[in-house]
Amino acid sequence: MEEQNIRQISPEEILKETNNIRNKGYRLVAISCTYKDGMELTYSFDKEYDFINLRINMEDDVKIESITRIYPYAFLYENEIKELFGAKIKNIVGDFHDQLYRISVDAPFKSKEEK
Amino acid sequence: MAKRTVIPFGPQHPVLPEPIHLDLVLEDEKVIEAIPQIGYVHRGLEKLVEKKDFKQFPYVAERICGICSFSHGMGYCMSVESIMGIEVPERGIYLRTIWAEIARMQSHLLWLGLTADAFGFESLYMHTWRIREQVLDIMEMTTGGRLIFSVCDIGGVRKDMDAAMLDKVLAILTDLEKELREVTEVFLADDTVKHRTVGLGKLSKKQAYDLGAIGPFAKASGINHDMRTQGYAAYGKLDFEPIMAEEGDCYARMKVRIDELFQSIDLVRQTVAAIPDGEILSKVKGNPKGEYFTRVEQPRGEALYYVKGNGTKFLDRFRVRTPTFANLPALLETLKNCDLADVPILILSIDPCISCTER
Amino acid sequence: MSILSMAKLLVKSVFHGPYTDRYPKKSRENYERTRGSIDNDIDQCIFCGMCMRRCPTSAITVTKKPEKKWSIERMQCIQCGYCVSVCPKKCLSMRNQYTTPDTHKVRDEYTDARVSDH
Repeated sequence: MEEQNIRQISPEEILKETNNIRNKGYRLVAISCTYKDGMELTYSFDKEYDFINLRINMEDDVKIESITRIYPYAFLYENEIKELFGAKIKNIVGDFHDQLYRISVDAPFKSKEEK
Repeated sequence: MAKRTVIPFGPQHPVLPEPIHLDLVLEDEKVIEAIPQIGYVHRGLEKLVEKKDFKQFPYVAERICGICSFSHGMGYCMSVESIMGIEVPERGIYLRTIWAEIARMQSHLLWLGLTADAFGFESLYMHTWRIREQVLDIMEMTTGGRLIFSVCDIGGVRKDMDAAMLDKVLAILTDLEKELREVTEVFLADDTVKHRTVGLGKLSKKQAYDLGAIGPFAKASGINHDMRTQGYAAYGKLDFEPIMAEEGDCYARMKVRIDELFQSIDLVRQTVAAIPDGEILSKVKGNPKGEYFTRVEQPRGEALYYVKGNGTKFLDRFRVRTPTFANLPALLETLKNCDLADVPILILSIDPCISCTER
Repeated sequence: MSILSMAKLLVKSVFHGPYTDRYPKKSRENYERTRGSIDNDIDQCIFCGMCMRRCPTSAITVTKKPEKKWSIERMQCIQCGYCVSVCPKKCLSMRNQYTTPDTHKVRDEYTDARVSDH
């Protein structure tokens, strides 16, 4: 298995770290989310095939800042995570207010289905 | 001050292969901005990892989308193999490359036909799809299915192609190449096509990079980014250069995709010449534990696959980030200051595959 | 100025005639590997249930008691071929013709008609 560059940071440092990465010329690849004993967000960046990731492990009700001020096209990823997992991301530029997919259930990916 | 109107575009439109809705704010036939709405084909396929074990999941993953179905299966299998440390046999890797390139040809031919239909050139659309039928016949002859192959499995591939079948594939491709040259000549040289595409939706290199554009859409603006040069599958042993253009308008995007078609035929020839003998599938024991990111070059751009396993036979998480998801903000930028009649062609120039976007 | 670039293609297609088949008068020959519906050689089957566990859509049902029965829901099968590859006795095979579309769902059943020796 190849080396995967994943760095752990805390929810408050997200804007500062993203700004540093932006100044070095990286572009945002994706924002992923897993729900297992709390919310786990992974921000992936790339520049000329150098692939780095930032990881944040936090509780469900922690409010985290949006990075749309730095990377404006992140609004799609953040809206999707907000709707499917119920993560609390504030100040998204271009917020759909849970109307992106219009699912009838609240935060469907958060809980496992009963067998 | 001119009056502003809002016109809805989609979800049903003759030009769109899949449903997407855009609210176009117009001022006297010029588009000022576009507001997207997606979610018509959201099926929540990523949640099925809780019910289907990781060996049954390739069949779900490749049904995320019909046009790019082989890359989804391959990306999922590559991620799980990297987590479990499974070594795929050489012949299996080369066979996957052949099928991936033929799937790329099929996707680009579909796009070319739809673009011709978007400017009303129906006879060219039918000729392009007639050539595409021959590619689909190759796929049915070798794997059993026209679009959904069900041939990629964890540890390799399930069906083999012997030397006679490979020679037949090459013979069909050689005949096809001659017809393809005649048809693509019309796309590139005809005056009516040029009037509708040259200078439309220009994006400079810096703008495209700042908007996060990928795939042939970004290559047409001069961004050199092609995951195949990183050498996954058998691409490390093949000799090719990513195709790029400078202008960044719709004509350049068309030219990049047409050149990629001929490059794919060349890559299939190189792979068939170099294919080794041996096994095609290795045995899989145990369950995956760990996580991995894989990036694969789909016909539309770079796709990211994330798999997380926890040691049981059901995975924790499977995530796909498809290229159309990343190209949508760039599309909204190109729509500013264009005419209403150019909107269908601009939307098609990113090659939208909305079922992949929403899974 | 190139407005007649398609002239060669058009003339060729006028002389070639239609490229499509006259279906349904002329039926379509499927290839040897075309994936279709599943057949079971019931005499070889040991009713282990492997195919039932592996099927991604749960189309196959296998019962051992009170009687040995193997049945498949034809409309649920996605013709992936997973059951064919995991069968230990290799009694399952894939036809190259798929189930014809119908107005109601079909469930095909095969019962074991052998008489046991003990």
